[in-house]
Amino acid sequence: MPSELIHKFMRIDHLPHIWCAGCGNGIIMRDVAVALQELIDDPEVNLNRGKVVVVSGIGCSSRAAGYMDFDSIHTTHGRAIAFATGIKIAHPELEVIVLTGDGDCSAIGGNHLIHAARRNIGLTVVTFNNDIYGMTGGQYSPTTPTGDMATTAPYGNIDRPFDIAQLAAGAGATFTARGSAYHTRETTELIRQGIMHKGFSLIDVYSVCPTYYGRKNHKGGAVEMLQWQKEHMIPAARYYAMSEEEKKGKLLVGTLTHTDFPEYTAEYAKLIERAQAKAGK
Amino acid sequence: MAGKRKLVLDPAWCKGCGICVAFCPRNALELVGEKAHLKDPNECVLCGQCEQRCPDYAVWLEDLEE
Amino acid sequence: MSKKAVLMQGNEACVEGAIAAGMRFYAGYPITPSTEIAEQCAVRLPQVGGKFVQMEDELASMAAVLGASVTGVKAMTATSGPGFSLKQENLGYGCLAEIPCVVVDVQRSGPSTGLPTSPAQGDYMQARWGTHGDHPVIALSPASVQETYRLIIRAFNLSEKYRTPVIFLMDEIVGHMREGVVLPGADELIINKRHISYHDGANKQCYYVPEGQYVPAMKPFGQGERYNITGLAHDVSGFPTGSNAVAGALYTRLMEKIDHNLDDIIRVEEYMLDDADTAVVCFGGTTRAVMSAIQEARAAGMKVGMFRPVTVWPFPEARLRARIHGLKRILVVEHNYGQMLLEVQRVAAERLPVEFLGRFDGTVIPPADILQKLREMEG
Repeated sequence: MPSELIHKFMRIDHLPHIWCAGCGNGIIMRDVAVALQELIDDPEVNLNRGKVVVVSGIGCSSRAAGYMDFDSIHTTHGRAIAFATGIKIAHPELEVIVLTGDGDCSAIGGNHLIHAARRNIGLTVVTFNNDIYGMTGGQYSPTTPTGDMATTAPYGNIDRPFDIAQLAAGAGATFTARGSAYHTRETTELIRQGIMHKGFSLIDVYSVCPTYYGRKNHKGGAVEMLQWQKEHMIPAARYYAMSEEEKKGKLLVGTLTHTDFPEYTAEYAKLIERAQAKAGK
Repeated sequence: MAGKRKLVLDPAWCKGCGICVAFCPRNALELVGEKAHLKDPNECVLCGQCEQRCPDYAVWLEDLEE
Repeated sequence: MSKKAVLMQGNEACVEGAIAAGMRFYAGYPITPSTEIAEQCAVRLPQVGGKFVQMEDELASMAAVLGASVTGVKAMTATSGPGFSLKQENLGYGCLAEIPCVVVDVQRSGPSTGLPTSPAQGDYMQARWGTHGDHPVIALSPASVQETYRLIIRAFNLSEKYRTPVIFLMDEIVGHMREGVVLPGADELIINKRHISYHDGANKQCYYVPEGQYVPAMKPFGQGERYNITGLAHDVSGFPTGSNAVAGALYTRLMEKIDHNLDDIIRVEEYMLDDADTAVVCFGGTTRAVMSAIQEARAAGMKVGMFRPVTVWPFPEARLRARIHGLKRILVVEHNYGQMLLEVQRVAAERLPVEFLGRFDGTVIPPADILQKLREMEG
């Protein structure tokens, strides 16, 4: 029987999960659980587990909601952030965490992503970004690199990929970060900071899909793909100490943007006060 | 809190991806018949990297019973 | 005490009735001819401590409404045909996951963008079959501004009672009509609260229903229950199932919770029907012209009455069937190409002639046309 952490925060009856051997999603889901445990255990934060709501869309990533032992809702494809917006506005005291994938949040759900970021509503979005549609068997997604192969890109992908964190930042997200399945401690800390952040936060976590993306693109198995992350994705402390030359071909694992801007539901509470004062209540 | 700990592996949960084996800093793990296995308990320094990176929650550190 | 009538638009009455029913969350997207509902919600909801949000699109509006509802808040969205099409996937999610909410469709003319400011009733079948897969539907259609106020309250009540989205099928005629409305006092209204306590017994699985019952209790999120909601076929614990037997039992219960409660759900207005040999079947904004035509027909000695489904889905099949033996013919009048007509034909066509008068060019059917049609039918 697995560890105390898994017992405590996962629905043990529904594990082992459906993900393939070597899929990065299980690692990222554990990072989310560790981040939540830290916030629950932290006497300064004292996060109430009963107030945490996990929301997901459709796809491999989105099965995570059903495994996590919180109030959870597995919604429709692309709409997790829109469902989450309704939950958060209706009950701002809830800590709403969206677990989504690259296709779910940046293709079919791209509109909801940018507008939730624009509103700066206090959701924490964690993307399980594996560069591919895994559940349907390996079609190219908005994050599949140009030139890569997929079942729907048999001659190589000619699309240009999104950087989801930059997309969210450009749309106004006040906390954006990049993590990876390999960098568990750093990613856990970024998720923890994202949950603590008052405003829209997005942590784009690079997962690995050895079954479809890895195999199609001769990237090896899970080990080789994580090895790539280890070598090419660099935690902030080391990344910022590197020369421009050394940074070439490397990706930062860390916070990308962190700014202050009024959070949407807090602003709505003020709007209610104004409306009621005007109505003479 | 910081009592003695041990590494536990559950072959029933292991899908044999080999991640724990590959990234163990002491090379203390191996795959035997597609299941992760602690080949040398003396090499294990209880760093927990295998637990953190196991996608299937099949390996973890546990407090030793008194 | 006599109450004063206030002048109100149908769309406004929809909002005021919804607030009286306890609606405290609205998510929507601007679309003619329903936009006044969003505008009025933006003004009124904060005044009563509720929340209004203009979402980025129709899909998001439907999703946000379902999200709000799972936290225990009564929620509504409103749209017109094009937006109603866009809401359909999440509407189906609401049916399967059993999330109460009210979806208002102020119908306008045409497929696609059509005639945005012109009346029509072309979404009648979409209200029943708009989302994919077999699913239960309750749809109500008001015929006047006064009725809009009371009927939207009933829409919320049925939604909470049966744990299902309810479609409020308005049309441009009623939505933009202004007339005097007498607002009932709060003490005159029956407001259903959500059934949030578990059914008797030790079974606390979130979709558990005792034998002979159909509607599971619904605990709001955020109270430490830690349960799961999914759009996948699920078992009583709320988790996905691969079992055909379990999925089949779920789908059957969803249909039966409506089908076994038709008397509670179905409302029909009958007008001058008792001695009639001709029944005019109509709904929503067409009703006023029909009643006017019937009055003229009666003055001319014709025995004509009206059969108006207020609950338009499920179609009041048994109620219509009970009327057939006294009738010689039926005329269906709708602002479409013949949609409720199909239901009436299904129920009555083998027994008596069913004729149709429809319009779908964005103009309103005048009483004179209905009267003329009635004369032709009497031969």
